[in-house]
Amino acid sequence: MQELTLTVRHKVGLHARPAAKFVKTAKSYNSQISITNLTRNSKTVDAKSLVGVVKIAVACEHQIKLEIEGEDEQQAAEALRTFIEEALEEQP
Amino acid sequence: MRQLTGVPASDGIAIGPVFVYSVEVPPVERRQVPDPALELQRFDDAVTAVTERLIQIEQETKGGYSAEDFEILEVQRMLLTDDEYGGVIRTRIETERVNAEAAVEDVTRNLAQEFSEVEDDYFSQRAADIRDIGGRLLRTLANVADIDMAHLDRPVIVYAHDLTPSDTISFDPAKILGLCTETGSATSHTAILARSLGVPAVVGVGAAEITDGEEIVIDGGEGLVLVAPTQQMRGQYEVRMQQYSLERDALIGEAHEPAVTTDGRALEVVANVGSVVEAERAVELGAEGIGLLRTEFLFLERRQLPSESEQYEIYRRVADLYGDKPVIVRTLDVGGDKQLPSVKLPHEQNPFLGHRAIRLCLERTELFQTQLRALLRAGFERNILIMLPFVSTVPELKRALEQVEAARETLRANSEPYNPETKVGIMIEIPSAAVMADKLAPYVDFFSIGTNDLCQYTLAADRTNEQVAHIASPFDPAILRLIHMTIEAGHAHGKWVGMCGEMAGNQLALPLLLGLKLDEFSMAPAAVPAAKHRLRTLSQSDCVSVAGQCLDCEDAEAVRAILEGVQRDLPEDS
Repeated sequence: MQELTLTVRHKVGLHARPAAKFVKTAKSYNSQISITNLTRNSKTVDAKSLVGVVKIAVACEHQIKLEIEGEDEQQAAEALRTFIEEALEEQP
Repeated sequence: MRQLTGVPASDGIAIGPVFVYSVEVPPVERRQVPDPALELQRFDDAVTAVTERLIQIEQETKGGYSAEDFEILEVQRMLLTDDEYGGVIRTRIETERVNAEAAVEDVTRNLAQEFSEVEDDYFSQRAADIRDIGGRLLRTLANVADIDMAHLDRPVIVYAHDLTPSDTISFDPAKILGLCTETGSATSHTAILARSLGVPAVVGVGAAEITDGEEIVIDGGEGLVLVAPTQQMRGQYEVRMQQYSLERDALIGEAHEPAVTTDGRALEVVANVGSVVEAERAVELGAEGIGLLRTEFLFLERRQLPSESEQYEIYRRVADLYGDKPVIVRTLDVGGDKQLPSVKLPHEQNPFLGHRAIRLCLERTELFQTQLRALLRAGFERNILIMLPFVSTVPELKRALEQVEAARETLRANSEPYNPETKVGIMIEIPSAAVMADKLAPYVDFFSIGTNDLCQYTLAADRTNEQVAHIASPFDPAILRLIHMTIEAGHAHGKWVGMCGEMAGNQLALPLLLGLKLDEFSMAPAAVPAAKHRLRTLSQSDCVSVAGQCLDCEDAEAVRAILEGVQRDLPEDS
């Protein structure tokens, strides 16, 4: 299993477009992927559910934990880490 | 002819037949089902059909729509198969053995409710998408066809209760003259879409009972709708419509130049806005700051009060748009006729003379403190000014200033960065405040005259009552005298005086206000380019004598006559 703790830098957090893109990325892997908003001490939700991701209300600067399990966990972890980190470059 | 007033959502004028767009959700009949497998199949078929329909809409969609509009369609498609939506519907059909319609209705309602409570504008608006997708599923289950908006036979003005992205994306922009909705604000989807399509729009006109094919005029700059206009009115608007596009281009071209009179007085032309989107638009139109940021949008249509950090974030965003230029934020102006879902207010006999604005804030101090702290913090290294509405007496002002001081103390005690020098001014919109301006002036940094309320209170005429509204004219000499007194009193104490009522953007009024030595003109963003243009053609010294004549008139008609004379003497190129 892969476990990642990341800080969200998207200005709007994992809301709006970033949330939809995040879920789309997660959905493209077979692994089970869950996400927890550590900052809000949220419950753990399925990262492939847009509604779930939205409900844990991840804002900018929040810490999230991703747990990824499955045959393509390595690739999924890499892609999701890149997604969260690349947001740094989207900042003006 | 009937006239409706709404919120100006997208500038311009449109004249044409109405297309009433109404998407009705068929009534749901709930029943228990013997075989859930059959219902699951019906539901899955409906999901497939709706998904195909959404893809078809995307493919047929013509130009004029943004990438964001398409993403909204994609989000809707994702929802259909989302475990927390489509998944929950399937579970409900299986475990509760109900028909697909009942499950769709329940789950849609619950989820839309949850979304609308998320403290995030984007997602509270997505509640509409969820209802929309639920409506599509229910129509598909009931075999009700979609309205075909991609193949209209003539250009129309679309009139609807409200419009969602998946409604509007199938519209053919070439056939849309304008948009008009019963609900909505300047930031609703309809408004944003209209601006991106460049068609006029008026939103929030209320239930208007307009019928299909009826001719209407919409004036997106003023927020006016004329139903079945008279021949004469129609003619007037036709001329304005043609002029509009020509002038608009020319004016916007020079809108970023400063407004300096022919005799060298530099005037501040700023905007009245009620949302971040409007503030952005005002920058494009050449506003040199914000003269009035209404903060009610943060409080309306929501169940929970906005937190200090949420407010801070919004004020910071608006101020950052303007850099060093001033952003004047008016503290909460609700109560009376403007209700808040998050604050229970008693019904009042006479809301316009009731427990509203600063009066309410002085009683609900926790509400006021949160807003003041957010403003003082956002003002750190930014040019944010605080404006208190509806001040009627000196003691009331003193109490409000004590509140500002209390907010500063809290921030100081918590060692949070804030601006200790944030300027605090008041609106002059109650006659008593204008009369007592010389006593109020020492306590404040500036005045901003709110003519809309000042007119109705001074002349005792409700501006929303058609029969008496004409009495509340800003050109009445009584109003001019109060404005004059306020400006003189402010200047005598070294304080600047602005105006954020509709009068400040009125072309006819500009020479008069310049002559009264108004320092700052704050108006709807759309009025900025033309006002700057007009002010550049005027000279302060000529206008002083115009103002003197106006102050000496007997009635509003005489004032108008003088100002119309000044207007006629405009140089050719104006």
